Amino acid sequence: MTEPETGTTTGTSTVAAEPVLSMRGLSVDYLTDTSPVHAVDDVTLELHRGEILGLAGESGSGKSTLANAVARLLKPPALVTAGEVLYHPAGGGPVDVLRMSPKALRKFRWRELSVVFQSAMNSLNPVSTVGAQIDDTLRAHDTTLTAAQRRERAVELLRRVGISADRVRSYPHELSGGMRQRAAIAIALALNPEIIIMDEPTTALDVVVQRDILREISALRREYGFAVVFITHDLSLLLSMADRIAVMYAGQLVEVGAARDVHDVPSHPYTHGLLHSFPKLRGPREELLGIPGTPPDLRDLPPGCPFHPRCRFAVDACAELTPALLEVHSGQYAACLAHDPASYGAPVPTELSGEGSGR
Amino acid sequence: MSQSVPGDEVLTAEHVTKHFTASRGGRFGRRRPPVRAVEDVSLSLTAGRITAMVGESGCGKSTVARLLAQIYPPTSGRILLHGRPVGRSRDYRRQVQMVFQDPFASLNPFHKVHYHLARPLKLHGHARTAAEVDEQVAELLERVSLTPVDQFMHKLPHELSGGQRQRVAIARALAVRPVALIADEPVSMLDVSIRLGVLRLLEQLAREENLALLYITHDIASARYFADDILVMYAGQLIEQGSSEKVTDDPAHPYTRLLLSAAPDPDRVEEHSDETTDHGEPPSLISPPSGCRFHPRCPVAMPTCSTTVPTRAQVADAHWTNCHLYDQASVDA
Repeated sequence: MTEPETGTTTGTSTVAAEPVLSMRGLSVDYLTDTSPVHAVDDVTLELHRGEILGLAGESGSGKSTLANAVARLLKPPALVTAGEVLYHPAGGGPVDVLRMSPKALRKFRWRELSVVFQSAMNSLNPVSTVGAQIDDTLRAHDTTLTAAQRRERAVELLRRVGISADRVRSYPHELSGGMRQRAAIAIALALNPEIIIMDEPTTALDVVVQRDILREISALRREYGFAVVFITHDLSLLLSMADRIAVMYAGQLVEVGAARDVHDVPSHPYTHGLLHSFPKLRGPREELLGIPGTPPDLRDLPPGCPFHPRCRFAVDACAELTPALLEVHSGQYAACLAHDPASYGAPVPTELSGEGSGR
Repeated sequence: MSQSVPGDEVLTAEHVTKHFTASRGGRFGRRRPPVRAVEDVSLSLTAGRITAMVGESGCGKSTVARLLAQIYPPTSGRILLHGRPVGRSRDYRRQVQMVFQDPFASLNPFHKVHYHLARPLKLHGHARTAAEVDEQVAELLERVSLTPVDQFMHKLPHELSGGQRQRVAIARALAVRPVALIADEPVSMLDVSIRLGVLRLLEQLAREENLALLYITHDIASARYFADDILVMYAGQLIEQGSSEKVTDDPAHPYTRLLLSAAPDPDRVEEHSDETTDHGEPPSLISPPSGCRFHPRCPVAMPTCSTTVPTRAQVADAHWTNCHLYDQASVDA
């Protein structure tokens, strides 16, 4: 292990990996008339202080359910059936978010953890100005501020996310899609939280606006030092902006690792397939492998590893054994039998081990 | 099946313009100004070739698709099929078909797959007896790889995944044996892992059945991969056209460059540069900017850009752009 570089936070996170939020064995079911659907299945994941953690997965993979569980936003029929979510305040012992009293939860939300949703049009109040909505947030969560201070802070926040001060009195419909999402980010920043959960914040936006907002988020993160859980279905987006990436499939965490490592050598076949599903912008036209088949129905998951029917590397044992999350490389984990030669019955495929790639 | 020969110009738009006007006057009966959705667009689709049209939402790319499919008529300009002007007839529908973005909305939830495919076959007289219909429905499902066909035939849309639904929509478009297919964002609603399969299917159909395919997308990387040519649209106007490699490797128009630099690129390492995080957004199409519509956002705008509309300038062989940078007279001035 070489001496870590100092003074930078991108790429492999060199900040001491101190957790700000830990999910341990978290499971969420959707209760149905017949049998419960396991939307999130035994997920253990840590968010480090000040990092951008990308959470990638397809629709129905459980990524949004996981985020909603962490923010205590789940509504019936969704139910947390197991696990804990520990919040580690800057100075103090860990607190279980799932067991917070309503009063403690009020203090936790927005001061410690805030959320930015996909559609800013739906998360902003259409009959209230942007300034008034920031004011509401500040008034609800910080009673020490005077009206004048709140007004000043609203202008300051909007300026920080790239909206001019005269927009304080604008209604959401007077703003463009990108500006609305910036306003939603300003509201999330209002109380300087430790954690911001962003659930597909740029999916509804055009690429140019999307990139501007992503860069804005990165710049704000460097300035304020909050940690971000960035949820998206677009893995290509995360590779260039996240510090670490977690990939979910059918409710399970299948791979976690530093963004660079996941990009260079994906160690789970699903991640490998995803990386070979989107065409590159540069370089020669390579053959795309893609992933055959379709994502499974959560009500009727295949036995063993849920990915095995679509997997290029599957062996018979994959249909029987459920793989555990194993460390396959420093800081990189994958839930795949291929990394467990005893059960796999063959050496790790070179595509997944990075053999010969110089690492 | 298809009567076109590879390389034939199948579908052509000549100086097509579409303005949408509010049906009733505004407040106090004032006339509202029109939305200039598409302005002077000329393009042609060739048999067996895939043309991609790239642009941001609101740039008018879907309006062009609907004009080409004659869902509504252009305000001015002409649509030609095999060089002949066309009207909105059933015969035209038989030759030009569309695949829409949302496979959850484009199939009637109350009807089975068999119904969706049998209807165009019967309406356009390709099949008369029940046996003929069944045979052709099976063949269509086979062509879009929905097998075993007996199983898929009797499914309702909600029993299918997004990718399978989109395949049904493609099969339905193929049922009438068209010569041109317009696919409006056919994969943007689908999960990443199944997009590739649907795009490959479209590619295969274009090549094997000699279809003229227009692939409309906001994803320039997929356009580069699947299309032969790329058209770039901005604020209702076409601003660049060329072969896919040319346009993506050596873009001419500053907007195309911006679009490429903004596309997610896993191989790019984000630097903490001082580059602006606000590149602006596309303009209103009710009162678009004067001159070049991109000039308020253009990093290399010249005085002439705000006053004069740029004309089509040749950059290289079969590669043109509408930009004053390539117009020698403006650069000299």
